[in-house]
Amino acid sequence: MSAGGGLTADGGPATRVRGALPAFHVSRATRLHLVVLVVSVLVVVALALVPEFTTVSVTRTMITLFGLVALAQMWNLLGGFAGLISVGQQAYIGIGAYGLWFFGDELHIHPFVSVFLAAGLAALIALPIAPLLFRLRGGYFAIGTWVFAVIIMIIVSNVQTTGGGSGKTVISAALLPINERIFGTYWIGLTVAVGSILLTWALLRSKRGLALTAIRDNTLAAQSSGVNVFTSKLIVYVVAAFGCGAMGAVVAMNLLRIQPAASFSINWTAFAIFIVVIGGFGSIEGPILGAIIYFALQQTLSQYGSTYFLLLGVLAVVMATKVPRGLWGLVTARWDIHLFPVRRGLVLESQPDAPAASEAPVPVEHATP
Amino acid sequence: MSFLELQDVSVFYGDFQALFTVSLSVEEGQTFAVIGANGAGKSTMLRTIAGLLRPRSGQILFEGEPIDHVSAHKRVGMGISMVPEGRRVFASLTVNENLQVGAYGGRKGDWTIESVYELFPLLKPLAKRQAASLSGGEQQALAIGRALMSNPRLVLLDEVSLGLAPVVIKRIYEVMVELPARGTTILVVEQDVQHVLTVADHVACFLEGRISLQGEPSELKSDEITAAYFGM
Amino acid sequence: MNWVNVAVQGILLGGLYALFAIGLALVFGVMRLVNLAHGDLGILAAFIALGFVRSGVGLPVAALLSILIMVGVGYVLQRGLLNFTLGTDDTRPIVVTFGLAIIIQNALLLKFSADEQGLNAGGLETSSIHVSKQVALGVYPLLVFILAVVLIAGVQLLLNRTKMGRAFRATSDDREAAELMGMNNRHIYALAMALSLGTVAIGGIALAVRTTFDPTAGSFNLIYAFEAVIMGGMGSLWGTLLGGVILGLAQTLGAQAFGSGWGILCGNVVFLIVLAFRPSGFFARTVTA
Repeated sequence: MSAGGGLTADGGPATRVRGALPAFHVSRATRLHLVVLVVSVLVVVALALVPEFTTVSVTRTMITLFGLVALAQMWNLLGGFAGLISVGQQAYIGIGAYGLWFFGDELHIHPFVSVFLAAGLAALIALPIAPLLFRLRGGYFAIGTWVFAVIIMIIVSNVQTTGGGSGKTVISAALLPINERIFGTYWIGLTVAVGSILLTWALLRSKRGLALTAIRDNTLAAQSSGVNVFTSKLIVYVVAAFGCGAMGAVVAMNLLRIQPAASFSINWTAFAIFIVVIGGFGSIEGPILGAIIYFALQQTLSQYGSTYFLLLGVLAVVMATKVPRGLWGLVTARWDIHLFPVRRGLVLESQPDAPAASEAPVPVEHATP
Repeated sequence: MSFLELQDVSVFYGDFQALFTVSLSVEEGQTFAVIGANGAGKSTMLRTIAGLLRPRSGQILFEGEPIDHVSAHKRVGMGISMVPEGRRVFASLTVNENLQVGAYGGRKGDWTIESVYELFPLLKPLAKRQAASLSGGEQQALAIGRALMSNPRLVLLDEVSLGLAPVVIKRIYEVMVELPARGTTILVVEQDVQHVLTVADHVACFLEGRISLQGEPSELKSDEITAAYFGM
Repeated sequence: MNWVNVAVQGILLGGLYALFAIGLALVFGVMRLVNLAHGDLGILAAFIALGFVRSGVGLPVAALLSILIMVGVGYVLQRGLLNFTLGTDDTRPIVVTFGLAIIIQNALLLKFSADEQGLNAGGLETSSIHVSKQVALGVYPLLVFILAVVLIAGVQLLLNRTKMGRAFRATSDDREAAELMGMNNRHIYALAMALSLGTVAIGGIALAVRTTFDPTAGSFNLIYAFEAVIMGGMGSLWGTLLGGVILGLAQTLGAQAFGSGWGILCGNVVFLIVLAFRPSGFFARTVTA
């Protein structure tokens, strides 16, 4: 081919290639990430020490925050990364709550262990439900998830063993010595929150995670590239059920009560949506930020009842239309910071005949929508 | 004043630039052909004239008036009509309904459903058939007829002979001669260079988003055209 | 208890559900929007009618005013807000319409409290016709069913015979080509939403006369409407009537068989079964959603 360009098979001009491609490797971490890691560990340790130094009331309130963080991560995992917008996660939150009661009160397993068994139960139930729901798409999938939540709630409300409409007290937890219960619930709550963040992060770093991003961005293209769409969506759905189940169990242990209207309330979905709309989703940082902000709003304003909710609704609508990526989305757009190393960067290694390559990875794919 | 004029029009798809300061003029009553390889920017230009895309810079003047900020549906009312690439007939509507929808813009003129059937007799027996069940050639005829129902002054034809049977192509080319005879200006994007040059009175060749050659077919040599087409 | 009577009640109940379903199906058909606030908008209409009734207006006029207001609300809502949520992203319409549902519910709670309300139709709600010794048809449910049939026929006629109907169908088939025909999609979507809210207003008011309602009643009606649409098949308005009837039957027969608390559950379970075995519903015209 001549130096001025030639022809390729489709009649377009050929691109000029000089020699081979420069040597490179794929990397995910930068120095910033190292700093973030250290700070995160310090924060978690500090949080773990909180119950020692504050009142029971504050500790119990913090558990609410952990619940919100976990909920937001799970919702985000489903919606922001797998493109499955669910308005029915309350099904699994409720299953987690009732699971705690079941394993703790009925099977006499220690409540702290029951939390995770309840989460497992939620995941198990999610397994056959997912294929059914996946037959629906988009908005209809969303309503389908809601229908499922309503079904579970009705069943639980009408069965006397589970306490019917008035619910039950989680006796096995209530009987624990108060310090053990409070501290234990707190640490389990912290574990669930941190775990949900790590789980989401791990999933996204994996090959499965790359597949998820592809599915979210363009399902048909992903499928024709060999990505198993169904399995990937199933895994995410079940993981999210597990996370929500754990969270529901923790909340139930904190409140010591399970009740259909509360445990299966659509409000959980509302909280999740508010959080990700405010904080942003499609990233790991967004829901954390959103959860913290929402928690602050909730603690100060929820006394105003319907007015508070009404304004939240307006805020959600406004933010979803004007600031669709949420507050964290604004941050990334402005400064391109990513605290959690999920994206894969290309690191160029220096060559004898080329100038020294930079060490900072150049992102090669878009991880955020 | 030209009937249609593009002045230094640049069009982007996101970050990708598809048209680079393209300028051309079309006179009323002309049959203006646009040729070029795949991806050269021909359809992009047509879609920009139709209003489905907006130029990032440059101007489009229709009868001397700038229209770059006019929405696509309003341009129909001004007399610009497009037969899009891939035909894009309304699948669930019948042939008759497709034509009725073509008149949605409400422009007055000679084109009616009956006159479209006279132009394309093959469509008449298909009047009540769902457009999805038509063959490629029948759909193409329908798409052209539908575009005419808005009584346009300028018709944009995007690759209307692609993949069709020769007998249908023949009819379409006959129509391409009849329309200007009735005073309608047509801007045709075509793959079949030889064929379109037999009906065009002006041609522009696109290459990588720019016009590489313009002129009247009678004055251009075939190896000039080939060179402009392939960028040699 | 007479099973035939129960079945008849279920069928007639299906008419009410169909009234809610029409608008949901229409809006999805024209612009692929699933409006999570649909049920709440129907209840809003009921409360608007209630407001008029309380200020002294008779029910028929109050209902008419409410319907007209909702038609206007639909146009403005679509043009002013929902048009901006349409596009390639699935999340935005869901989040925004969900937010809208929350706004409506809480606004109603603030204005009207959580008390159960009712609209009085002067005895019509309780009278019945005896078709035979064992079968009695409630006059009101029968009227609602007939209303559903008439409304579906009307909307279907509009879709098939009018310029606006053709515009709806054309935009649904190919929105870009529709623009090329001179159709302003933003306007057409707004017209579709206006029509949708007009029908759901009728549904909401019909519900309000039949039974008591409160600001949170919208959610369940959204679910029933949705189930009716899915079971009936996407792309078919008559299908939503069939879907509604199946749902109504499942609910009433279920309540009769297992106790009143289980009726709703039966309806939902039947829905899941239909979803499992016939995911495109019974009357689907298009295979993909």
